[in-house]
Amino acid sequence: MSLSALFIQLLNGLASASSLFLVAAGLSIIFGITRIVNFAHGSLYMLGIYTAYSLVQTFGGGMLGFWGGVLCAGIVVGLFGALVERLLLRRLYHAPELLQLLATFALVLIVRDFALWIWGPEDLLGPRAPGLAGAVAIAGREFPQYDLFLIALGPVVLLLLWLLLTRTRWGTLVRAATEDREMAGALGVNQAWLFTSVFALGSFLAGLGGAVQIPREPAVLTMDLTILSDVFVVVVVGGMGSIPGAFLAAVLIGVIKAFCIGIGNVSLFGLDFSFSKLTLVIEFVVMAVVLAFRPWGLLGRRQGLPRGAAPVEAPLHLPSTGMLKALAAMLALLALLPFVSDRYTLVLLTDILVFALFAVSLHFIMGPAGMHSFGHAAYFGLGAYAAALLLKHAVPMELALALAPLGGGLAALFFGWFCVRLSGVYLAMLTLAFAQIAWSVVYQWDDFTGGSNGLVGIWPAPWLASGSAFYYLALVLCAAAVLLLWRLVYTPFGYALRACRDSPLRADAIGIDVRRQQWLGFALAGLFAGLAGAIYAFSKGSISPDSLSIPRSVDGLVMVLMGGIQTLTGAVAGAAVFTWLQDVITRQTEFWRALLGAVILFLLLAFPQGIAGFLRERWEARAGRSDG
Amino acid sequence: MLEMKGVNSAYGRAHILYDLSLKAGRGEVVVLLGRNGAGKSTTLKTLIGLVPALSGEISLDGRRIERLEPYQIARLGLGYVPEERRIFTDLSVMENLEVGKQAPRADAPHWTLERLFRLFPNLADMRERPGAHMSGGEQQMLTIARTLMGNPRAILLDEPSEGLAPLIVEQMAKTILELKQEGLCVLLSEQNLHFANLVADRAYIIEKGHIRYEGTMAGLAANEQIRAAYLSV
Repeated sequence: MSLSALFIQLLNGLASASSLFLVAAGLSIIFGITRIVNFAHGSLYMLGIYTAYSLVQTFGGGMLGFWGGVLCAGIVVGLFGALVERLLLRRLYHAPELLQLLATFALVLIVRDFALWIWGPEDLLGPRAPGLAGAVAIAGREFPQYDLFLIALGPVVLLLLWLLLTRTRWGTLVRAATEDREMAGALGVNQAWLFTSVFALGSFLAGLGGAVQIPREPAVLTMDLTILSDVFVVVVVGGMGSIPGAFLAAVLIGVIKAFCIGIGNVSLFGLDFSFSKLTLVIEFVVMAVVLAFRPWGLLGRRQGLPRGAAPVEAPLHLPSTGMLKALAAMLALLALLPFVSDRYTLVLLTDILVFALFAVSLHFIMGPAGMHSFGHAAYFGLGAYAAALLLKHAVPMELALALAPLGGGLAALFFGWFCVRLSGVYLAMLTLAFAQIAWSVVYQWDDFTGGSNGLVGIWPAPWLASGSAFYYLALVLCAAAVLLLWRLVYTPFGYALRACRDSPLRADAIGIDVRRQQWLGFALAGLFAGLAGAIYAFSKGSISPDSLSIPRSVDGLVMVLMGGIQTLTGAVAGAAVFTWLQDVITRQTEFWRALLGAVILFLLLAFPQGIAGFLRERWEARAGRSDG
Repeated sequence: MLEMKGVNSAYGRAHILYDLSLKAGRGEVVVLLGRNGAGKSTTLKTLIGLVPALSGEISLDGRRIERLEPYQIARLGLGYVPEERRIFTDLSVMENLEVGKQAPRADAPHWTLERLFRLFPNLADMRERPGAHMSGGEQQMLTIARTLMGNPRAILLDEPSEGLAPLIVEQMAKTILELKQEGLCVLLSEQNLHFANLVADRAYIIEKGHIRYEGTMAGLAANEQIRAAYLSV
């Protein structure tokens, strides 16, 4: 690549970094004070770009119409964010923080369908910016004027935010509450308004970040999750809560991405290597590298839990005999079902069994081990691919099924080695990064994994081919695996894991190798997710990269959280309800996402302890009355 | 002025305070004595609303406050200085003071920056220093100054002498007496009987969440039995 081309790529990178920075700064500010990982932040960005498109259409594409439309779009999204905070998130501040995350995910679903309803499924490209529609000659090439504007926008917003946070009373209060919100409250600071205003500002930045993109990028319905993963990476690389860090990371990633596109195909040592293919994954590679060397990001600091916000996990009790009887009855019922139900129900039940195992394996690291994984589908998907690939390479189906979990387990062993070095939100993001890397390899390696088409013809052995035979196989394997995982929680290993979760320092002091225990726990969870994936592959007969994509990981999170993270049975209940709901709702309406989101929100507000947690409370209340 | 009547409170399922009643008047320094874990901090946290009262009444100048949020209680003029100081370490001295600032009240002393710097001369020399770079004693002074910025009518001090060098402890006692002079109502928790003797007018002794003794400091000094039962280590 020539020097001038290099320079142009640098400018391209800087231009795309600005928008990324705006959105990331918003996410970072919101996280800093509310400790909410706002999954809906990408949706706010998407709303910004769609709203700007409509407003510019309405106002006309003149100077005032365009720029007014862009600014108003930011403001509209900011108001929307404030409304969401006041009407929804406010009710959940006392709930465990992961439930807030779940609520924001429900919003993602609702906003997606809202956009589909208002703007339809076609991509929408906005008009060019009046006054900046042309190009300027830079280094002998044409460079869009608008991109120069974007390059300037990032630093200007950075400066304004810095002034706002350090030179105003509001900014001082925000920084104080970010550090210790309980103390700020005891000094007379009304957190409610502070949170709302921070949410409004963060949403405004996300909306504006989207709105300024209208001349460059079409509005697409899937951009909410695409930008979200980009922005997560930027915030984590820069350091959670650090605005200058977010800027630095946005520039770094924007520029590296632009170079990857610019370099294109290169022959290295006789091997053709495509750098443009790398763009799907390069930011996650950057993130993994940065986190390996600087666990709290470039400019971040070690993250203490905010004071007064960390609820103590209640101890897990051994299941009562009543509970065990109920479980046995449930298993007996499941074993009898093939005699009375039709083929469709059996397929749905098989799905439920598979996802129950998947959710229980995720719960195993999230609950007892306290490691929140946002990328658990990687191990599910790798287990599924291992099964499919073994079968394709002439391994008998039974053996393939037996070996496939190792695909998930070995990957978890490898990724987990890095992950257990981090904690909290950083760990969650690193798991997300690894999942995205795994997805992108599977997605692009056409010759081996079938690329985006996936692999087909992965059918079970003939003796398992009938629906009920495979159902029994799934039932036996999943039930055994789930019971084994539950049993593990009450072994010394399980106690050690819980000790490491509750106090790594004290666990260390009594001679527990914290990282080793967590590493082992992580790998085990991956192994069982791999088993679930393998059963899934054979039940469907085909496998696609979707099985290890981020939405699948989020499904797992939703199941665990909906069921209630404090109870062992919660993950099973959550998986059953979620899988069943998804099946019922997708058959009802085109806008199934919004309906699903609304149901999740309803369940959250009605049962903040999760379904199983709610049932347990009822149970205990009744038992308490009969005892007394 | 500040009054608790039959208050019960709990952290989750752990019941801490049992039917606690106490009072402190304007211009009075009242000390809450007791061993570690007796419930002193919880009493103060219940007063400021950080720990919810399950039952009973709490009033400030006749106004019921037990159902209010901490920020509302603080805005009614109850100041709270926590045990672990809880300075905002990212913020400078001036910014820490800014967070505590409230409008002046007609019926409470008005603290300007100048007056606070006269009370705590050390702070005046480190206005731009981040909280993280201050010594324990300086941080303790800053927490009190920060709370005074809210122009409180009554102030709660949780173990103000804990972990301070003897010279600073003396300075702390002087400060508390100055606050009393200003007409503030001061309720402090202490394990250090010597320090309590320096500043307090009246004392309550708390043990396992129950009030075991109520009386003047002089009365307590005369009552060897009570001191042996609840205070000696």
